[in-house]
Amino acid sequence: MLEIKNLQVKLEDEDKQILKGVDLTVEPGRVHAIMGPNGSGKSTLSYVLSGRDGYTVTGGTASLDGHDLLDMEPEERAAAGLFLAFQYPVEIPGVGNMTFLRTALNAQRKARGLDEVSAGEFLKLVREKAKTLKIDAEMLKRPVNVGFSGGEKKRNEILQMAVLEPTMCILDETDSGLDVDAMRLVADGVNSLRDEGRGFLVITHYQRLLDHIKPDVVHIMADGRIIKTGGPDLALEVEKNGYADILAETA
Amino acid sequence: MAAPMRKDDGRLAATEARIAALDLPKGGFSAAARAEALKRLRAMGLPGRRDEYWKYTDPSALAANEAPEAAVFATDEAQVFGAVDRLTLVFQDGVFDAAASDDLTLAGVEITRLAETARTDIHWAQDLYGVLEARGQTPVARPFAALNTAAASDGVLIRVSGKAAKPVHLVYRHGSPLSDAILHHCVKVEPGAELTLLETGPAAARFNKVLEVDIAEGGKFHHVRAQGRDHERRAITHIFARIAGGALFKSFTLTVNGQMTRNECVMEIVGDDAVAHVAGAALGDGATGRFHHDDTIFITHDAVGCESRQVFKKVLKNGATGVFQGKILVKPGAQKTDGYQISQALLLDEDSQFLAKPELEIYADDVQCSHGSTTGAIDETALFYLRSRGVPREEATALLILSFLADAIAEIEDERLADDIVSRLEAWLARRKG
Repeated sequence: MLEIKNLQVKLEDEDKQILKGVDLTVEPGRVHAIMGPNGSGKSTLSYVLSGRDGYTVTGGTASLDGHDLLDMEPEERAAAGLFLAFQYPVEIPGVGNMTFLRTALNAQRKARGLDEVSAGEFLKLVREKAKTLKIDAEMLKRPVNVGFSGGEKKRNEILQMAVLEPTMCILDETDSGLDVDAMRLVADGVNSLRDEGRGFLVITHYQRLLDHIKPDVVHIMADGRIIKTGGPDLALEVEKNGYADILAETA
Repeated sequence: MAAPMRKDDGRLAATEARIAALDLPKGGFSAAARAEALKRLRAMGLPGRRDEYWKYTDPSALAANEAPEAAVFATDEAQVFGAVDRLTLVFQDGVFDAAASDDLTLAGVEITRLAETARTDIHWAQDLYGVLEARGQTPVARPFAALNTAAASDGVLIRVSGKAAKPVHLVYRHGSPLSDAILHHCVKVEPGAELTLLETGPAAARFNKVLEVDIAEGGKFHHVRAQGRDHERRAITHIFARIAGGALFKSFTLTVNGQMTRNECVMEIVGDDAVAHVAGAALGDGATGRFHHDDTIFITHDAVGCESRQVFKKVLKNGATGVFQGKILVKPGAQKTDGYQISQALLLDEDSQFLAKPELEIYADDVQCSHGSTTGAIDETALFYLRSRGVPREEATALLILSFLADAIAEIEDERLADDIVSRLEAWLARRKG
């Protein structure tokens, strides 16, 4: 369970408060969506939770299954079960996708005190997961995200999620740059990972992704705070009327 | 004739003192070539820091009469390329070790030990020994190569008449902390023939090596080298290659440690549609001793439709220094030349430095030549991406170092050899922890 209480964050290099007290709890098995206008702090929340440099926490707490996330290195957060699907997955030339995945999986297993997965077992595991995401052997062989289309990169993120089996998944604007077909493929991949032991936090600007990944709870974020929380209908309301009405009503 | 260097009495005296301290071999087919080389050396003089070509690298330890001491690096690491089927020739502190070597017999290849030709007045290598070295003295003087031709006591002469059945592997072992090795090899690749030459090991406390390679029409020469890991060793090496029409020359060098290394590669493309690629990956950590690594490259295009590539990558840490001096010369009439040069350094801290001097000199109007040089740190975004997947910082840094070196390693055509280089790097990086 992800528990965020009164989280306040500013940029490290400038005196600019981005998050001004975020409260959020994501229970296992549930899908929460965060929507909000540009600059509301959605992506910052995902980066702070996963441990990216450049931010200073000025107040509040964030924990995953009782572990204090803010006190951990990014790799420790991953081993604790947190996963961030990047808005812009990074290209790493010269490092094969398979090598990368296996290094990550084994590093996490090692951190949890488990044995490493053998090359044979790993290959079987990845092939099986890759199939549902329509990722072919050629894509697995290529260097991480190099020469991948936007859709391929996002599918690769979901493949990593499937292989690493986190308990808490954050999807940061996963729909950006995807056409309808690519979005459906990615959503199918995410849906196949929905499980009663796994929570999701889907960050998106538009409602359309939520047609494919049905949320249980929708939050509206603006100016560093969650200003409104509701059911899936809230996303439809945003789609219809934009953010202006909600902002006006909570101002 | 070689361009004269700045001369002064101090330089001449130092050069004469160095020559006097050399044990010059006598007789044999190479006697005339050695005498000529000695003349060249006297005319040029040994270099000093004030020479333009030695601005970034202090040659004094290479020029000194005695080899500066270098501790032998104790390692239980397996031989690089140990699993590859190959013909192994071992040199112990610069002396051929017959007992540790395979027989000098290989289908498609004829191998003679240089040291055994002292009584041979006629040898095929007569047209090669010191010849390419002498050509390579213009327009830039390379005195250590002339010294080598004059004084080399050992080495191998390899003539390739067909496709060599397997790679020839020269293993350079270092056992004495004061050894001073001077080796000179000649390789003649006949029309359509093909050889892969491997070189590994530190060789000696101080190592001066020349490799002359003459590739005839349609011949192929692959060279993969892993210079030894001894922290204190010093090395000056030269490759002089002449590449005929339709021939291929590909050389890759991995350098890890060594307090001083200068690798010069002088390639002359003399026939149409030839290919010459030279690449290097160097990793230096100043914490285990000084690290100074210098790649000095000169490619001459003197034919039509040829392709050359220089790909050099350096990873520097804790006060390590990297140097790259690379030149592409396109002679009049060398149309349709495709020349490419990239030199890049990854600085793992702010104490290390990379000095690059790329040069293009072009006298033909229908050519494509590009060059680039970059210096940068580890990409923090990529580092975070890897760490967010659970890969610890040090392991993630190692992966990004391999990523950085990938383009240079990709110049090794034979996948088994490339895999061996990569797995060696992985093991070293895991031990070094970034």
